[in-house]
Amino acid sequence: MPVIVPDSLDAALAALAAHPGATVLAGGTDLMVEVNDGRRSLAQVVAVSRVPELAGVRVVGDRVVIGAATPFAQLEAGTVADLVPALAYAARTVGSPQIRNAATIGGNLATASPAGDSLPVLVALGANVESAGPNGRRVIPIADFFTGPKRSALQPGELVTAVHVPVLRGHQDYLKVGVRNAMVIAVASLAIAVDLDARRIGVGLGSVGPTPLAAPDACAWIAARANWRDDGFEVSEADALEFGARVAAAAQPIDDHRGTAQYRRHAVGVIARRALRRCAA
Amino acid sequence: MTEKYVLRVNGNEHPVADGWLGESLLFVLRERLGFPGAKGGCEQGECGSCSVLVDGTLVCACLVLAAAAIDSEIVTIEGLQPNERGAMSDVQRAFVESGAVQCGFCTPGLIMAVHALLERDATPTDLAIREAISGNLCRCTGYGRILDAVEVTVSARRDVPQ
Repeated sequence: MPVIVPDSLDAALAALAAHPGATVLAGGTDLMVEVNDGRRSLAQVVAVSRVPELAGVRVVGDRVVIGAATPFAQLEAGTVADLVPALAYAARTVGSPQIRNAATIGGNLATASPAGDSLPVLVALGANVESAGPNGRRVIPIADFFTGPKRSALQPGELVTAVHVPVLRGHQDYLKVGVRNAMVIAVASLAIAVDLDARRIGVGLGSVGPTPLAAPDACAWIAARANWRDDGFEVSEADALEFGARVAAAAQPIDDHRGTAQYRRHAVGVIARRALRRCAA
Repeated sequence: MTEKYVLRVNGNEHPVADGWLGESLLFVLRERLGFPGAKGGCEQGECGSCSVLVDGTLVCACLVLAAAAIDSEIVTIEGLQPNERGAMSDVQRAFVESGAVQCGFCTPGLIMAVHALLERDATPTDLAIREAISGNLCRCTGYGRILDAVEVTVSARRDVPQ
């Protein structure tokens, strides 16, 4: 069968093992664009949307475990919105309602576009990607997952099965710059997550480098400068500005048809400062 | 070529033979099964003109791999119409009466989006309506009369519960 629709994870992995080079189909919102445009031809497809092990959101200890085939529409509200608000905000900016009903978080990871809307959040939170493949299951820290534009650490025959997101106490936010509010690819985006218990601030940057990026130096600097309380923190106006400049310095943007490198670096610095101010408010 | 497969569209089973792998649900609906209601605008999920329901969920048919949509309940604009020839659903009638239809190309997709919205939220706020149709592009109306048509439908359903 040129299109296999397995009903278990084992069946999906067996299909991928039996058909090296098979194309994995999740929500289809990236893949089918390439197919319709004639940029991609298909020989063998393994559609993973009906694999029950990849479905659903559950809370395990101090983490939220999100099945790879969970569509963004399910991340906009409910458990994820309650426990990982930045991910819900990001989910709501993905494409349109039609796209969010189909597109999955596992697809966002496996496609590994630098503009993937959920990816800055996973970077800011230090999420772990769970995968399964011919060599068994493994957990890949998000910092090691992206290896280049649309390239990831996934091996042939390996599937993203879930993403493990820590539940933190502290403000979170997600800002995205694009030409309008709906149906837009980020020109620059940024997620921020505050960990009040560890007194840490994490950010993830989208569309300003070959992969989603972290900005560890800027984050360590602002966490050391902040005036922490049990329920929040304060930063000076000058430090917020300097934080924006340091985040902008961590970007590695390029010029393309959506914006210039100079604009992207500027924009990501502005939204970093704005996000920090919102967290400190 | 794909092997023969069966799609369930508007409650009936439709075998698809001699399809090519990679054909979208939109293509198969329009060109192989005779459901031309869903329109092909952009074929990249931007315009929403091909919106259909798959297992009750609004999606762009152009982004669904047809051969992977087996065992799903697919509903197209043709499936929303009452059985009598020429009859319209309440949303369709409200669109016509509100002047929400100009060239008509986006209309089937918008009608599907509005039906999907009102299924899950019978009294949506203005923001909820705008967000629900944010994936459907209309280049004629400026959207004002489309929003009016949704309000008309909501009021009518409130007065005469379905």
